[in-house]
Amino acid sequence: MAKQKNVLPGFNLSLGYALLYLSLIVLIPLSAAFIKTTELSLADFWTTVTAPRVMASYRLTFGASLIAALINAVFGLLIAWVLTRYTFPGRRIIDALVDLPFALPTAVAGIALTAVYAGNGWIGSHLEPLGIKVAFTPLGVMVALTFIGLPFVVRTVQPVLEDLSADTEEAAASLGATRWQTFTRIIFPGIWPALLTGFALAFARAIGEYGSVIFIAGNMPMVSEITPLIIITKLEQYDYAGATAVAVVMLVISFLLLFAINGLQWWSNRYLGSQR
Amino acid sequence: MSIEISNISKTFGNFHALNNINLTVPSGELVALLGPSGCGKTTLLRIIAGLESADEGSILFNGADATHRNVREREVGFVFQHYALFRHMTVFENVAFGLRVRPKKTRPSNAEIHKRVHKLLELVQLDWLADRHPAQLSGGQRQRIALARALAVEPQVLLLDEPFGALDAKVRKELRRWLRQLHDELHITSVFVTHDQEEALEVADHVVVLNKGRIEQVGAPDEVYDKPATPFVYQFLGNVNLFHSRVHGGFAKVGELALPVDGHDTTHDAPASAYVRPHDIEILRSPENGSSFAATVSHIHAIGPIVRLELAREDATEIVEAELTRERYQELNLKAGERVYLKPRHLRVFLDENVT
Repeated sequence: MAKQKNVLPGFNLSLGYALLYLSLIVLIPLSAAFIKTTELSLADFWTTVTAPRVMASYRLTFGASLIAALINAVFGLLIAWVLTRYTFPGRRIIDALVDLPFALPTAVAGIALTAVYAGNGWIGSHLEPLGIKVAFTPLGVMVALTFIGLPFVVRTVQPVLEDLSADTEEAAASLGATRWQTFTRIIFPGIWPALLTGFALAFARAIGEYGSVIFIAGNMPMVSEITPLIIITKLEQYDYAGATAVAVVMLVISFLLLFAINGLQWWSNRYLGSQR
Repeated sequence: MSIEISNISKTFGNFHALNNINLTVPSGELVALLGPSGCGKTTLLRIIAGLESADEGSILFNGADATHRNVREREVGFVFQHYALFRHMTVFENVAFGLRVRPKKTRPSNAEIHKRVHKLLELVQLDWLADRHPAQLSGGQRQRIALARALAVEPQVLLLDEPFGALDAKVRKELRRWLRQLHDELHITSVFVTHDQEEALEVADHVVVLNKGRIEQVGAPDEVYDKPATPFVYQFLGNVNLFHSRVHGGFAKVGELALPVDGHDTTHDAPASAYVRPHDIEILRSPENGSSFAATVSHIHAIGPIVRLELAREDATEIVEAELTRERYQELNLKAGERVYLKPRHLRVFLDENVT
């Protein structure tokens, strides 16, 4: 086979570097987790990762993350829409505020949210009489995960919304489409891939979040204990193999979820894009 | 359907985009809005479409007030300069869009939509592209699809915003002839915006020349070209030579020449601008007393059937442009640097106080 000429030089070098870098940063630590787990027998592994307390933590972590990511998809889209479509005083400030959850140390976010939502906090003191407890409940976990995930959706959708030309919307209107039809048939298909990406990023971030959650969660076993905390607890008890076992389960589930979302994205590009 | 535009004004901040525009587009005509960029022609078109609202004035469709009618209800087809096709839809779905978004009561059946879309695609001669996406088409094809899409809703008025502006010269020429043919078949009242005077003069039944938010002249293409109402129209439609002169008792003095002009018999020694088209300048080898002036040939562009000359006047610092046929050019056997005599055949004079 004749070697194909590529106009860009240094393919071998850059590919080699990329692979080495990925290995050092991502693959080796991950495989270490898998190798460490092999210290456990299969039966031990199974009992560790399916213990009731651990199972409850999976449900909370993945459930709360999913709901938080969904909330972010809706309101993140709304914020991105407002920021790109309207000019109003303070728009730049709001635009900058969106990045705050990125920049803020998660522990600070956790303490701040706890202070606000606790029974004696600004918002918590108004919600408590209504029977809604936020801090130290699964609801609190969701609030924290929503907080940290917001910028992902806004920042992925915003540039795509900015790129949508006003022309196509005007064309749709001149063809008799209502605002709602224009949104669902013209605008939404255009931003859907970006929205899905933003959702996936927010979701992935929420699954791995630790710092901001542990303050507001209260960490009650079976109720408001997230999986990352279980791992930390096991580590503190020098149960390294047990910790990595739970970590591996998380890793596999996260990987499968991201894989599924990527597949959905590919599918929507391929089929929704050319829908009849 | 006729369009009546009365007293339309529009400002953006303190920029007057349109200033008291009055215009009637007769039913079934193809009218060009022609002007330099920033003259308000696109704004006027968008106001007719309902994509923009006027500050003052009203738009009447067939005598009925449409000023406050929404774009959706105006029954206009709008074609954008950059096509504005829906990227995620096939060509077929793009054209079908206007039919599919109709309320259930008036929406045609799927089979009917199919039939109508294919008929339109045949009309624009692109039936074979129905399953492609816009990204797979050339610019000319995209614009024809955009036109088919606009026609799908059976609009009463077709509005085109610089429809060929983004295409290359050859395709542009082809498409504008095709647009004219299409219009002759469909007879739908159409308004198109262009800054290309050649395009406007070739395609339109009537040309509306706009400048700085005002209408300079409305007329048939030969009318605006041969009898420009204002100096602006004269300069905008084709090349022109400008001579500073003084008009006195029916004669315009250009340099040493005194040339007879119509309609200025009683004018008494007024400064004026005299306009001569390059093809109205005759080039002579020997002077003709009283009606020619001397000049030196400085440049010759002898490409194509028309030869363009740049000449330097000897009695003034002005550069004169002249055009002559290739035959005449060969007959004269001109070379750069030679001395010749120029005789304006046709002169149009505007007194300077009227110059805007």
